[in-house]
Amino acid sequence: MSAARRSPRFDVDHLIDDPRTHVIVCCGSGGVGKTTTAAALGLRAAERGRQVVVLTIDPARRLAQAMGLTELDNSPREVPGITAPEGGRLDAMMLDMKRTFDEVVEAHTTPERARQILANPFYQALSSSFAGTQEYMAMEKLGQLRRRGQWDLIVVDTPPSRSALDFLDAPERLGSFLDGRLIRLLGGPVRAGGRAYRAFFQAGFNVVTGAMTKVLGGDLLKDVQTFVNALDTMFGGFRERAEQTYALLQRPETAFVVVAAPEPDALREASYFVDRLSEDGMPLAGLALNRIHQDGPGGIGEEQAIAGAERLEATGGHDLTAALLRLHADRLAAAARDRRAGDRFAAAHPDVPVTRVPALAVDVSDLDGLRQIGDLLSTGG
Amino acid sequence: MSDWEGVRLHVVTGKGGTGKTTVAAALALALAGDGHKILLVEVEERQGLAHLFDVGPLDYTERRIASAPGGGEVHGLAVDAREAMHEYLAIFYRLGRAARALDKVGFVEFATTIAPGLRDVLLTGKTYEATRRKDPQGEFQYDAVVLDAPPTGRVTRFLDVNTSVSSLARVGPIHRQATAITSLLHSPRTAVHVVTLLEDMPVQETVDTIEELRQARIPVGAVVINQVRQPHLDDVHQQAARAGELDPELIRAGLSAAALPDSAAIVERLRVEAAEHAERLDAERAARASLGALDRPTYNLPRLPEGVDPTAVYELAEMLREQGAA
Repeated sequence: MSAARRSPRFDVDHLIDDPRTHVIVCCGSGGVGKTTTAAALGLRAAERGRQVVVLTIDPARRLAQAMGLTELDNSPREVPGITAPEGGRLDAMMLDMKRTFDEVVEAHTTPERARQILANPFYQALSSSFAGTQEYMAMEKLGQLRRRGQWDLIVVDTPPSRSALDFLDAPERLGSFLDGRLIRLLGGPVRAGGRAYRAFFQAGFNVVTGAMTKVLGGDLLKDVQTFVNALDTMFGGFRERAEQTYALLQRPETAFVVVAAPEPDALREASYFVDRLSEDGMPLAGLALNRIHQDGPGGIGEEQAIAGAERLEATGGHDLTAALLRLHADRLAAAARDRRAGDRFAAAHPDVPVTRVPALAVDVSDLDGLRQIGDLLSTGG
Repeated sequence: MSDWEGVRLHVVTGKGGTGKTTVAAALALALAGDGHKILLVEVEERQGLAHLFDVGPLDYTERRIASAPGGGEVHGLAVDAREAMHEYLAIFYRLGRAARALDKVGFVEFATTIAPGLRDVLLTGKTYEATRRKDPQGEFQYDAVVLDAPPTGRVTRFLDVNTSVSSLARVGPIHRQATAITSLLHSPRTAVHVVTLLEDMPVQETVDTIEELRQARIPVGAVVINQVRQPHLDDVHQQAARAGELDPELIRAGLSAAALPDSAAIVERLRVEAAEHAERLDAERAARASLGALDRPTYNLPRLPEGVDPTAVYELAEMLREQGAA
């Protein structure tokens, strides 16, 4: 066993108590307890005296209720029932992506233009159903909350993307699309730069719009063109905003917490994410490995327990003890499996601090449940 | 007799972490059981099927990834929106120069990653095409198609392509394509199966998703309960364990009879584990009740302690067959 590598311990309390930490981003693949981790970190920080806002994307109903979130109204509300020392405070909100997008439009153009844009069918589809909009708007909201300066710590949950990396890439993709060549082209050839360029472009433009009309139908193309023309003054704004938020993520005040469960898929995603953060110079605080089955010291070993159960089942008369031994053996096996999964991650990423959070018998449904998760996050080695 | 006679497209979804890819693969193998040829499609660019069957990365060409007992075959396909777009342009429009121009200005990028709904039309469109494809003898190339779909949070929007696209492309070929896909997805030839665990959040998402699918008039198939754990305690012991009333002396005597250490600490640890186990079984019972109220065929698959490898997929497939899934 001496070959098994042990990761450094992720000191969660040190992170949330550090007054220089202003943004914590929780990321990871779906179903690993990302939202719960974000909520538990926020609650713990508030109860240790920070002024916290938790931005959740799509919380499970029970969890939303636990935080007193009953409606999706896109603005932070105080979470009732917390016991914070002087100065501590917890607000929480659920992201309304369409509303956030509308606000961006309203803030950057005249009321009349804004009305035109908001009524445009292409805009409506873009703002409510494009797969990257949620990521972009989560970033946008984060930027807004940060600028309001009302909180000294913002904890962000990330959208349930196909891949955890989408969260980093989608804003840039949407930004460069809205700011890019195609949309300028769609806006009409007059937008596309200088005279010589225009002359060259005109021919290409006809080929392209002709083909697009064929594929999409003329109506959609017209909607897009109207949208682009209405956006006029906002060009450059989108990419710039995406870049600003990206830069915020690279600042030392930000900390990424990668969340995973001890399963191959989740850990594979976590590995990609860890690599990506280091490539982009983003501050990784550590890995929260959730739902770990634990194996206490001493007691009866797995093989011993199985052999004992078999003996009792053969002789009969001790059904209860035999059942308890089977149960015990299952738990030890699960614990060993989870430990191996964690060890493999540690071997690949020896410098990443890890906190292990034991599996709970039931799901979190109230603040006490979140407090318990917070305790486990801070003590898990 | 299968629960799904006449279904040509099986869509498998589930909350992240419930094992929907494993279940999709097992279902494909189960359906291939009677010498059938099944296509298993993934659309999330994760290469989950390649990992599962331990084969090289899948791409846009369909190839055999597993054989079923009785001469059946499972073929795999990873649909990539970009390739689907190229194929689409080539087949339907014979766009040569224009297609290249479209690619150059970023239209393919636009259509496959940004344009609302178009990506989903392309991904489901390829699946739709495979469902209908016939060989030169006029027989369906595949007896059924199994789609490893996006997770529950996004699946209704993914499948409801018509709603997302028709408001945009009100006429034209994309609109026609979306309409054709919609008619398949809303017909009895489609069944959307939802994979869950016996835990609070996945069950809640299952209930919500089935409600959404029903509202979108997309046929709901089975509920697949994955990773079911064997209960170790009978009802009487469960109740006692929950109340903390398991007799320590009885446990100690059993340990001693089994020639195992029987200190008070060990007995206490077994009692605590039993109480947690009982608490979990209670939660599972409540979860089953919520799922039962959905009134759908339900299949149970066990938790595999050693994880899922290609052999395990065959075992799960056999269990699905025994329960009527194929």
